[in-house]
Amino acid sequence: MKQLDVSAIKDGSVIDHIDSKSTLKVADILNIKAEEDVVLVGMNLTSKYLGKKGIIKIGGKILDQKEVNKIALIAPNATVNIIKDYEVVKKFEVVVPEVIEGIVKCFNPNCISNYGNTKAKQHLINKNPIKLRCHYCERVMGANDIVLI
Amino acid sequence: MISFKQRDVISILHFNKEELLYLLDVTKRMEQTHYSHILKGKVLAALFFEPSTRTRLSFETAMKRLDGMVIGFAESGATSIAKGESLSDSVKTIEGYCDVIVLRHYLEGAAQLAADIVNVPVINAGDGSNQHPTQTFLDLYTIQKTKGTLEGLKIGFLGDLKYGRTVHSLAYALAYFGAEMYFISPPNLRMPKDYMEELKNRHVACHEAESLQDIGKRLDVIYCTRIQEERFADPIEFEKVRGIYRLSKPILEGLGVKDDLKIMHPLPRVDEMDESLDGTNYAIYFEQARNGIPVRKAILATVLGVIE
Ligand SMILES: [Zn+2]
Repeated sequence: MKQLDVSAIKDGSVIDHIDSKSTLKVADILNIKAEEDVVLVGMNLTSKYLGKKGIIKIGGKILDQKEVNKIALIAPNATVNIIKDYEVVKKFEVVVPEVIEGIVKCFNPNCISNYGNTKAKQHLINKNPIKLRCHYCERVMGANDIVLI
Repeated sequence: MISFKQRDVISILHFNKEELLYLLDVTKRMEQTHYSHILKGKVLAALFFEPSTRTRLSFETAMKRLDGMVIGFAESGATSIAKGESLSDSVKTIEGYCDVIVLRHYLEGAAQLAADIVNVPVINAGDGSNQHPTQTFLDLYTIQKTKGTLEGLKIGFLGDLKYGRTVHSLAYALAYFGAEMYFISPPNLRMPKDYMEELKNRHVACHEAESLQDIGKRLDVIYCTRIQEERFADPIEFEKVRGIYRLSKPILEGLGVKDDLKIMHPLPRVDEMDESLDGTNYAIYFEQARNGIPVRKAILATVLGVIE
């Protein structure tokens, strides 16, 4: 299939190989609503590995490792390329951080982090499959329990 | 060198084997030596957002026996907390009045939140269905004291293993000591999968069963819990189960249990242990409750830094 002309960005970040269903969540995490430069979001694109994949391109924005790591929680297969002058100048692997703060909602309704102004916080206890332990109530969440704030 | 000075006591998950043994050792010293004035001038704030008379009195007694003072409340109904003051505001204020906080709360994670906010040590006296570490310490102390060791015992957990937080924490702690564990419960109240996986990851020999038949005679300790009627949709089902998980002297003898088998229970009981057991060598549940005092003395004295 011929690529669309709009798909290339001059400077910025490209997040590729997102599990298609998670594309808009990733877009949310990266807060693309606030961007003023070009943003392209593609879903249900054909992927050899994932079947269907999502892709996000953000003009003018260079993601740092911390932002990349947030993505890892919901798109563990994602790759991140930093573009300068249409060339890839840096590639990131996504890595789930050891401590996750203010990103994932605790799935336990009786957890103190779901009340008042407490910021949710989890510790990574297993990478693959992903398992997070709530800092407060100690309940263990798997991939299916993860809901982003 | 292990020191608990200024340490928060929130969850059994935060303690390794050496630290548990250290705490049990201090507990033994607390029981054998007459310490009286070591907490003179210290103030404990007992903040019970959910009532628990036994636990509160046990902490108060431990503190007062060592000449310390206690402030606080037994339930949040009459305080400003009920009027919407947040937990974090309450503990920030009360921190200025005391040297240590003992906190019980109906929400899970409350003690951890308090500990993250204040500088005085926080002791968790129960956070929802999550943790109650001083109960686990006293359970361990009771086993060590009556069996002479914690190593390599065969422990049966009986009753409600799904909601029983004392069982979850004790099983986790005993995993350090090479215990072989038997989980005996009705099918709807089995040990949660997460805990079973965790125990297996830690190479604990685990067995599950629905009755003590064939298993009872192997055990060194049976840890009973209460089965609550509200866990059953059908009252007839509950009546059946209640009969199966009830212990009495004749039932134990019928199972051919070891002479030195010990029966524990976090109390209060309803009728899961017949009174015919009370005077026997099997029953150690009242002693277990009494052990709460030296254990809590040991925790208070170590976190306040007056005992090394
Ligand atoms: Zn939680």
